Amino acid sequence: MTRLILGPFNRIEGDLEVELEVQDERIVEARVKAPLFRGFELMLVGRDPMDALTIAPRICGICSVSQSVAAARALSDASRVVMPANGQLATNLMLACENLADHLTHFYVFFMPDFTREVYAGRSWYAQARRRFAAMVGAKAGGGLHSGAALAQRARWFELIGTLGGKWPHTGAILPGGTSRAIEATQRVRLLAGLREMRAFLEQTLFGAALEDVGSLDSLAALHGCAARASGSDLALFLEIASDAGLAGMGSGPGRYLSYGAYPRVEGGHALAQGVWDAHLQQRLPLDAAQISEDMRHAWLDEGQAGLPLHPLDGVTQVQPDKAGAYTWNKAPRLAGQVMETGAIARQLVAGQPLIHDLVRAHGGTVYTRVLARLLEISRILPLMEAWLAALEPRAPYHQVQALPAQAQGSGLSEAARGALGHWMTIENGRIARYQIVAPTSWNFSPRDAAGTPGALESALVGARIDSAAGRGQSVAVQHIVRSFDPCMVCTVH
Amino acid sequence: MTLNVLWLQSGGCGGCSMSMLCADTADLPQLLRRNGVEMLWHPALSLEGEQDLLDLLSDCLAGRLRLDALCVEGALLRGPQGSGRFHVLSGTDMPMIDWVRQLSAVATYVLAVGSCAAWGGITASGSNPTDACGLQYEDERRGGLLGAGFVARGGLPVINIAGCPTHPGWITDTLMALAAGQLGADDLDPLGRPRFYADQLVHHGCTRNEYYEYKASAAKPSDLGCTMENMGCKGTQAHADCNTRLWNGHGSCTRAGYACISCTEPAFQSPGHPFHLTPKLAGIPTGLPIDMPKAWFVALASLSKSATPKRVKKNSHSDHLAVPPVSRKTGLR
Repeated sequence: MTRLILGPFNRIEGDLEVELEVQDERIVEARVKAPLFRGFELMLVGRDPMDALTIAPRICGICSVSQSVAAARALSDASRVVMPANGQLATNLMLACENLADHLTHFYVFFMPDFTREVYAGRSWYAQARRRFAAMVGAKAGGGLHSGAALAQRARWFELIGTLGGKWPHTGAILPGGTSRAIEATQRVRLLAGLREMRAFLEQTLFGAALEDVGSLDSLAALHGCAARASGSDLALFLEIASDAGLAGMGSGPGRYLSYGAYPRVEGGHALAQGVWDAHLQQRLPLDAAQISEDMRHAWLDEGQAGLPLHPLDGVTQVQPDKAGAYTWNKAPRLAGQVMETGAIARQLVAGQPLIHDLVRAHGGTVYTRVLARLLEISRILPLMEAWLAALEPRAPYHQVQALPAQAQGSGLSEAARGALGHWMTIENGRIARYQIVAPTSWNFSPRDAAGTPGALESALVGARIDSAAGRGQSVAVQHIVRSFDPCMVCTVH
Repeated sequence: MTLNVLWLQSGGCGGCSMSMLCADTADLPQLLRRNGVEMLWHPALSLEGEQDLLDLLSDCLAGRLRLDALCVEGALLRGPQGSGRFHVLSGTDMPMIDWVRQLSAVATYVLAVGSCAAWGGITASGSNPTDACGLQYEDERRGGLLGAGFVARGGLPVINIAGCPTHPGWITDTLMALAAGQLGADDLDPLGRPRFYADQLVHHGCTRNEYYEYKASAAKPSDLGCTMENMGCKGTQAHADCNTRLWNGHGSCTRAGYACISCTEPAFQSPGHPFHLTPKLAGIPTGLPIDMPKAWFVALASLSKSATPKRVKKNSHSDHLAVPPVSRKTGLR
């Protein structure tokens, strides 16, 4: 048995170290370490509750709007304010803008460049992969054509938040009672033009098909039919690479998927439903948020006298840097004691998207299905955004004034690009008395819990091959598996 | 000769890198390359990581690779108890503050990208649980990780591209100016910020200026009025060109209806009042426009309030233009 320590990982958000036990070139045990602690939950205590709207988005530069939305939702829960329809639609538009951009960035800038590594030099698709997806920095000939185009498109895309939210990241426009910027009908025309520009890029370059045709794919066969009709698309190239590189057999998840529900609808419910998909039972279960807890056994955090996992409303964050047996700053979130996977794959499963169901039945939650779920979600988000934009009612209010009680509790559950994000706050005497955050990658990159059960990535890595010939313990499979979750380490620990 | 840039992240959110990717250009990597900036490594953009990065860091330290500009994003975490263990660079067992200290000693220029790396910023909020500081400042006090007297090999102190996040143009313009040999000591303000953006005020170009002139103030979020009097806006004091350069196309904080929190300034994270409320003494905001004596402000404010056109007053409490300016023939005058 050999021990390998891998890091720093790049093309993820934040810093990550992975410790592996390897036997016969296979990973037999993995420990996922979040090496950076900043202490947002401590910084927020004692502040005016509304300050969370300024501080919380700055947990993360890539999920900033998601953090804003969770904080605003916790505050609106505490104040029981109901936002006007325009405020809900504008919030959804900004959140969807960030989520789509994050999926696009993940595919073109973070994930696909790994297929331009030397280890793949002999493959039939290698030249195409290099031409389209070469990394932006370090590649002699400059970045890949399609990743470069995606990056430029992404910059234009964020002009939607530029208008509705002033800037990205770290807008202050998302409030418990709605949003702070009302737009005129003509501005909406311009925003719609921006959506159509992105639609053109996605349909021409990524999918080679209309978004609606991709979003309504209902089986593996339909997916391959679609790719065959669009053989020059990046989707088709991804499918070719995935099949040749064996991505469907890599990085199997826990089979339990969590979604808090994405994009509240004005008429109630969510555009993408809330719940849990249990692949073993083949059943969608309702979410009982009271069953969420965080276990701190392997985190450099004080577990208190009882040492029991705590619900975030009772959660405590107190550092204990020399704690024996600890190996990360991340707590271990569990739902009813169970490890969960979260992200686009969970949202699409819980929402009942038939293609993703078909894929997960065939392959489980793996590198292949996680990436495909993200691409499929892109195709579904943009038409939703077009509808929300059309539904904005000119000259109707965007914001409802709210008053925060001096004593209150609030929870804000939302979906970031990477999955389920929750904020829980307690207000006492008009100040924040407790603030706890559980982020998507807190779930996916969770350490072991007190029972020794590894987190989602920790078990997904087991069985993956380490190529000793590549030297220095590098393994391209580890790269794919880690990035298939689109980790955000700055959110994870916060 | 190209400017070799190494970009490292520590106690921050990565948002300044994400902001940089929003640069207003058709091809960011080529914009930099064509203008003499060569990224040796960037956490979001490089293919290589792990051992390849560690080799690159050793090459820089050993002088085998010329390090012209060390860009640090995120605050420097000195805790717990001065150990730096709140951020150990993965794969190295060495605290990031030690990496940064060593690399700063061999870099021609050292740049703090964003307010965390410049002053400590958001990461130093509240109780500052990680003993976070900036590269050469701790809030407005000189010192920080590298010390008050630090001067990089190229003769400049730390260049502070402050902002939360920083603007993509502030980063690219600074790097391109360095590559062109066009950024010297005189081009930095007293806090080490590039003057090209720090000699402006957020107030300049603010679309709410007519409301400001008449003290027609917003009372609640989404109102069109000036946000200085009630809603915490510090645009008249904050050094930055946000309203002339603009963000993500046509945006800025004030254009989107919320306060400038002066995120380019040291200690902005702990203003001593809720961000969304203007602190006042006897009804007068305590944070007055920079360079303006209080008596003048009070006199001007009461005069302008009494002269506010109805249109401006009405619009200031509306979320859309309720009353347009009257249409009148002006060509003959």
